[in-house]
Amino acid sequence: MKNPYLPLPMRLVKNFVETEDKLIHTFTLEFLNEEDEKSFQYLPGQFAEVSVFGVGEAPFGIASSPTEPGHLKFSVAKVGVVTTTLHQLPEGTILGVRGPLGNNYPIEEFKGKNLVVIGGGFAFTTLRSLITYILHPDHRGDYGELTVIYGARNPGLLLYKDELAEWEKRSDINLVCTIDRPVEGWSGRVGFVPAVTKEVAPSAENAYAVICGPPVMIKFTMPVLEELGFPSERIIMSLENRMKCGIGMCGRCNVGNKYVCKDGPVFTRAQLNQLPNEY
Amino acid sequence: MLVNKGQFTDWLNQLIQVYQVYAPVKEDDYFCFKKINSGDQATLNYTNSKVPPKEVLFPRSEKLFCYRCENDGVQLTEQIDESKKIIVGLRPCDAKSFLLLDGVFNSDKYHDPYYLIRRNNTVLVGLGCNQPAATCFCTSLGGGPFATEGLDLLLVDIGDRYVVEVLTDRGRELLSGMELPAANQEAQEAARIVKEGAALSTQVNLEGLKSKLDVIFYDPIWDLIHEKCLGCAACTYTCPTCHCFDIVDEAEGNEGCRIRNWDACMFPLFTLHGSGHNPRPTGKERFRQRVMHKFKYFVDNFNAIACVGCGRCIINCPVNLDIREVLAEIQGSEVRSDKQ
Ligand SMILES: Cc1cc2nc3c(=O)[nH]c(=O)nc-3n(C[C@H](O)[C@H](O)[C@H](O)COP(=O)(O)OP(=O)(O)OC[C@H]3O[C@@H](n4cnc5c(N)ncnc54)[C@H](O)[C@@H]3O)c2cc1C
Ligand code: SF4
Ligand code: SF4
Ligand code: FES
Repeated sequence: MKNPYLPLPMRLVKNFVETEDKLIHTFTLEFLNEEDEKSFQYLPGQFAEVSVFGVGEAPFGIASSPTEPGHLKFSVAKVGVVTTTLHQLPEGTILGVRGPLGNNYPIEEFKGKNLVVIGGGFAFTTLRSLITYILHPDHRGDYGELTVIYGARNPGLLLYKDELAEWEKRSDINLVCTIDRPVEGWSGRVGFVPAVTKEVAPSAENAYAVICGPPVMIKFTMPVLEELGFPSERIIMSLENRMKCGIGMCGRCNVGNKYVCKDGPVFTRAQLNQLPNEY
Repeated sequence: MLVNKGQFTDWLNQLIQVYQVYAPVKEDDYFCFKKINSGDQATLNYTNSKVPPKEVLFPRSEKLFCYRCENDGVQLTEQIDESKKIIVGLRPCDAKSFLLLDGVFNSDKYHDPYYLIRRNNTVLVGLGCNQPAATCFCTSLGGGPFATEGLDLLLVDIGDRYVVEVLTDRGRELLSGMELPAANQEAQEAARIVKEGAALSTQVNLEGLKSKLDVIFYDPIWDLIHEKCLGCAACTYTCPTCHCFDIVDEAEGNEGCRIRNWDACMFPLFTLHGSGHNPRPTGKERFRQRVMHKFKYFVDNFNAIACVGCGRCIINCPVNLDIREVLAEIQGSEVRSDKQ
């Protein structure tokens, strides 16, 4: 019987301060064992439980894409016991990873469709995985237009700045970054994500919207997407209910009769409409 | 088959040589299932244990694995308990609860080796209830004081002897070392009288409950129902079907263990997010979750109610919040459309 509680050993090879306020770090982890790397087959949208031995485990969305073999990336906000310890760890530390857990973005259904990806704050992690996956030369041809709308309070809080700069230059992705208030040296858009989405007005024709961000952003972006004509079956969200086991047993993360860890974290708006709003 | 009580103690002593034997043991004023070292420690004239025998298969606290961090790696040692066990004297309701827990720990996608290996290695010797407590309502949930579902053997106490009903091959095997006489007509008659005398004082009407719960999530009834609940979680900790747990590390230096402990949806921190947002911020949402999980969500997922009518949540609640009354209130409530 495979033991779903045993973490795979991984080495922390990079602990990178991602944001100006230093509250988000991006961790790059490498598998210690080659077999583990082979068995860890994941897709964008999935998450993993990361162990700091002696401190505990916490679930994080996988920020890397399966098209970037050899390592996993997680971007982690410092909020509590495990995350604070993680932030302080020296490179070389041995960590544990359980996963991949949960379902993934419906990349098969997305094929042949246009995609509108909307992110806010540091919830951009699994969206990075999705975008990187789609932009890969092996996959780019399977999908239509790719529009990304990404907002942060100020430029210093945007994640993955180097990659944003690269995407900016490409012609096969339409990247719109926005910040809440004008600052010197910022030439991009200014305004909250819902308002910017309205301005950019991506067409709902033959398109899916994928949205991930803080609850207020989602709350105010949803009516905009509806106005633009996105049906609730084509609005994809991901939930972050508190988790422990990640495998549907500890009874912590349910929304109605669904377990976010096992049946999610990715749901369509239509599916969530059928469930109570406990998330 | 028939066994007299003195012989039964000898039999337990025999079993202890081969198995870990768990039986109800008196502790202060209440009973718990404990591992016994001699047959006479088992006290079978009890009504209901304080904590259900669930803790034999799913302990309150258990090590999942231990680890030792080294410079270039980490050594993990799984802590799986493969010992052969017998639970003696458990009530039919508690036996049924294991059938419900099986679904949780053995899902389509993941298997919990800690529970499942113990479960596979454990023989269940039940004891029918001659005198159910006033808080018992197992018959409302398809069980009964002498129900046999989930058991390998059932003992029926007829005074100085037990009539033993053999229910599975595992049960038969357990008796193989004993030369037991078949239950004669007089013993069978005594057993029949005992069974008939075991009247339950309460019934809960569950008809239509599910369809009501399907549309009651946003109903104001929850504002009233939960009002006196203290959120102490005595109900969930003593429930044989509750299975929620927490996972923590306990470590010293570069060595430690990962441990799981029972946890409960009645606690405010149970669902608190790292961001500070809590989807179940007050007692109302938490009480609703407990009822909905047992009587709706579990039914949706496993086609069975996650309650066996053992009455422990009623006996152990410090403010006398009675699940039977809660269900009756829900039953009697007007059907409203389930809109927020
Ligand atoms: C599917 C999924 C994906 C996620 N992806 C990411 C991601 O990519 N990046 C990311 O940064 N986060 C992500 N999260 C959130 C992340 O899991 C949590 O931030 C993390 O678990 C916090 O762990 P911790 O041990 O640091 O915090 P904890 O120490 O557990 O604290 C968490 C919260 O509970 C409170 N708390 C804990 N104990 C107590 C107590 N005794 N009394 C009062 N309050 C208490 C803390 O104040 C804090 O607000 C994700 C979550 C899920 C479910
Ligand atoms: S809900 Fe109460 S009566 Fe039902 S099984 Fe649990 S403790 Fe027993
Ligand atoms: S035992 Fe009673 S008071 Fe305590 S949490 Fe349960 S219902 Fe509430
Ligand atoms: S995290 Fe344990 S049930 Fe979902």
